[in-house]
Formats: sequence, structure tokens, C-alpha cells
Amino acid sequence: MSVRVLLPGAFQKHTNGAREIQSSAGNLPALITEIETTFPALKTHLRDESGQVRKFINFYVNEEDIRFLGNEKYAFQDGDEVLVIPSIAGGSSADGDTAFGQRQQQDRGVCCCCSYCGREECCCGD
Amino acid sequence: MAAAYELCCRECGKRYESAPLSICDECFSPLEVVVDLDQARRTLTRASIAAGPSSMWRYQALLPVPDDYVPTTPAGWTPLVRAPRLAERIGATNLWIKNDAVCMPTLSFKDRVVAVALANAKTFGFDTVGCSSTGNLANAVAAQAARLGLKTYILVPSDLEAAKILNTQVYGATLVRIDGNYDHVNRLCSQIADRYNWGFVNVNLRPYYAEGSKTVGFEIAEQLGWRLPDNVVVPMAGGSLITKIRKAFKELVALGLVEDKPVRFFGAQATGCSPISTAVKTGADHIEPQKPATIARSLAIGNPADGVYAARAIRDSGGWAEDVSDVEIVSAIQELAETEGIFTETAGGVTTAVTARLYAHGRIHPDELTVTCITGNGLKTTDVLDGAYEQHAAIRARLGDFENYVAERKEENELELGGAYVG
Repeated sequence: MSVRVLLPGAFQKHTNGAREIQSSAGNLPALITEIETTFPALKTHLRDESGQVRKFINFYVNEEDIRFLGNEKYAFQDGDEVLVIPSIAGGSSADGDTAFGQRQQQDRGVCCCCSYCGREECCCGD
Repeated sequence: MAAAYELCCRECGKRYESAPLSICDECFSPLEVVVDLDQARRTLTRASIAAGPSSMWRYQALLPVPDDYVPTTPAGWTPLVRAPRLAERIGATNLWIKNDAVCMPTLSFKDRVVAVALANAKTFGFDTVGCSSTGNLANAVAAQAARLGLKTYILVPSDLEAAKILNTQVYGATLVRIDGNYDHVNRLCSQIADRYNWGFVNVNLRPYYAEGSKTVGFEIAEQLGWRLPDNVVVPMAGGSLITKIRKAFKELVALGLVEDKPVRFFGAQATGCSPISTAVKTGADHIEPQKPATIARSLAIGNPADGVYAARAIRDSGGWAEDVSDVEIVSAIQELAETEGIFTETAGGVTTAVTARLYAHGRIHPDELTVTCITGNGLKTTDVLDGAYEQHAAIRARLGDFENYVAERKEENELELGGAYVG
């Protein structure tokens, strides 16, 4: 049993340029584990701080969103083509409901711009 | 002079210099433009804006375009009109309509976002641009790309309204009809953008594109006399517009151009494609994708990219979201046309019907200053009105025939003839 997995361009920095793998994984959790084993550098980017796969990474099987097929319960069929595509514009915040993503950024010391007003020290979320 | 700007990851905060990128390479989250408001504050005043062009480019300093960019398309600066007759019909007393049904050049608010996206496409040196579209974006990209001399590949769901297909092809665009819904089209565009060195306005140019929506919010505030409304009702497809109107208001407050005040945001969807309103109603922190089944094709995005952000903006503001049936959508198109002389497409029917429901359910108080955003023109979706109006047989060009006609109509429809005015 083999499925073809197409990876997005955004992953390439962490996959030595690889854009495609063949996998024998039976379902989505097994596939994600296999991707992480194949590309160890990708693992910390693929999952959030709590170890969950980032919710804005979408998986499609033969052009269909895997969530319409049962998501993790879907059993891959031989010859399936799996697409991995990050949401273009949005998705769920990895850290849950932080109003504008600002505080979590400040906490991490990375960036404290508000994603809505763009100010460094705004109070949009208050 | 335009302010400095850069890209910033919405989740991890990593910064990027301006580039045709939409996804963070560290956490694969969406990127957003951040405009340097401190720099803008030095030069921007109400007077300097008022002295600018009668288009969305009067806010150029708050948009991500190069300092020396000379706009070629005067999009935006659409009317903000009071809607007293509609207001009376639905139990409101202070209702306004932001009418992007007459946005130039292609009669939808998408002209705004495309204007910013293609300005950047030129800057980045793309000779070919494209998009995935439910129709209005296709029209806007095709028209403005023609004006800029760019080649175009535009991908749309195969069941798109005939008018929206024609209004794309007439500009010489290459239109690719995809056997699937918008979400299928969008996924394919992501793959194409990965493979080809093209500027896809809602893929690799998306951070720039999305900023164009802010001009709806800037205009509402300026046209209200530099003040913010109490409520805004906004149609939701991908969910970007409602978040960008909110961002616009926040920027104006930060710049000292308007007084800060609470503004509640209300989202409108069709019941046949309501992933965001469902999330708002159920309090979910994620979006469950849906398979669209509605006549409001321009809102038929079952997996909205900005859905979570839109739902969050609505909840944080104390607003709400509603969804309405296809029958209600058509009725609302007719009601808006009959009361205010504004002919909107199905998305505007959604927004109008949802606005009425928000008043009916007491979620909006009649006296509050409420702006309903009409985002597209009814001439693009005339198919939904097929059969809606009876066509009487032609009469001879004789006064007697006309008087008979009027008498018959009066009898049938209680049509009243008063002097030369038929009211």
C-alpha cells in the first residue's frame, strides 16, 4: 500500500527541497509521524507548543478535504494522492483565543505588533 | 508619501521584508502587512486626506504600496447613503448603506483589494497574475490587469453566473473553469502558485490584497464626518473584509483621526454556506468546513481562510452573526431595490436580510448608527430574479390603450394613478 504525498513550497526550507514522498501510512496520524521521521527538521515547525499539528495546515485526499472523509479515521487507499496545504490567509491560532495574537507574541519576545492595528503596544484585545 | 511597511506572521510574529509571500516559513501561519503608523502619523491629517484623490488612494499612506506608486485605477470612494425607507421597513431609524455596488471599475468591493494587489504585482515584477474567484474578484483582476498590461489566469468554479464569466472574459483574461466548488479552486491555485512564478492576488499576494479592504472602513469613518458607527453589518465569504474594516477603524483611532468608541461587528452569511456564522452561534473556536449550497455564490466559501479571525473579531466586539435562506436573499434584493434604489447581487441580499433579522431579534437597537455594507452589483446575478416579474403583453402606442392598461393594473394590483406620478 502506497500513497503519494505532495508537500507545499513553504515546507521546503525544512525538507532539503523535497516536495514529494511516497508513504505506506494507513491514516493521517501515521502519515504525519512518517513525515516527521523523514524530515526531522520539520517537526518543530509542524506542531505547536502543545504538540498538536497546527490547525491551519490542511490535508486533502484526491482533491477532497480530509475532514469531509472522516479526518483521522479515514483509511488511506492504495494510490491515494495526499496534498498538504497551509491555509492561505488564516486558520486557528495555535495558542487558542488570544484576541489579536499580540500577547502571545510579546510573551515569546518575537514581535509585539498587533495583527489588527499594527501598533506595537495596542490594546485591541481589551 | 507612503508609510513603510513589512510582513509579519500573525501567529509567531516573525517579520519579513516586503515580498510575494503569504505563509510564514517557520510556523506555516498566514502573514499580514504591518504599516508603520508612526511614520504615517507625521504627515497624515484629516485635511491631507481630504485633499487627496476622490478614490481609495486618498489613504495611500496607509496602504502597502511603494512611496512612488502612481495609481492607475480610481477604485473606491463609493457612496455612504442614509437608508430611511429600508430603515422604516425593518424597524430602524439610523441605518446607512455603504454602496460598493457602484465601486469602479467592475462594480464590487473587490476592485479595492485588486488595486493594492496588482500595484505590488508590478513592483515584484510579475508579468502574469491570477486568482481563484467566486466571480467578483475575477472581474476585478481581469479589468485592472488589462489596464496594467498584465497577463491573467483566472480560475473559477464551473457553475459561476454567466454574467460574471462574461465580465471576466471581455477583458481578454484567460478564464479556467474548474469542475468543483471554490474550495477546490482555491486549493488548486495554492498548488499553481507554488509551481509558477505568477502573482496570485489571493495566494502569494494575499497580505497586500487584504489590506485594500481597509479602505471600506476608512471611507465609512470619513464619510460619517470622521466618527465611527455603532454597528457594521458585513457579508462574509473568506471572512477577511470584516476583520479589515475593524483594522481600519483601529488604525484611524491610533492615528488620532477619529475618537475611539466601541463598534460592534455583525457578520452575514447564507444558510447554505454558513461556517463562520455557525462558529459564532455555537461559540466554537474553530471553523467546521461546509459544502456550499446557496445561490449566494460570491459568499460560497465552505472553508473560509479568515473564518477564525472573523468569528473572533465579531465576538470580541460584542457583535453577532446570522445566516439567511435563499428565499430571504431574493426577497431582500428586491426590498433594497424597491426602498433605496440600490440593486445588489446575492451577497447584498444576504447582508440586507441579515440586517433586517438583527433588528427584528433586537440585536441592534433602532437608534444606533448602523452601516450595512453592500459589496456587489445586482446586474451580475440577474439569474436569481428570473421569473420574478410578470411580463405583460405589449400594448399599442395609443393613449386609450394605455388608460385601459392602467385601469387593468389598478384593478389587479391596486396600482394608483395620481396625476403624472405613479407612486
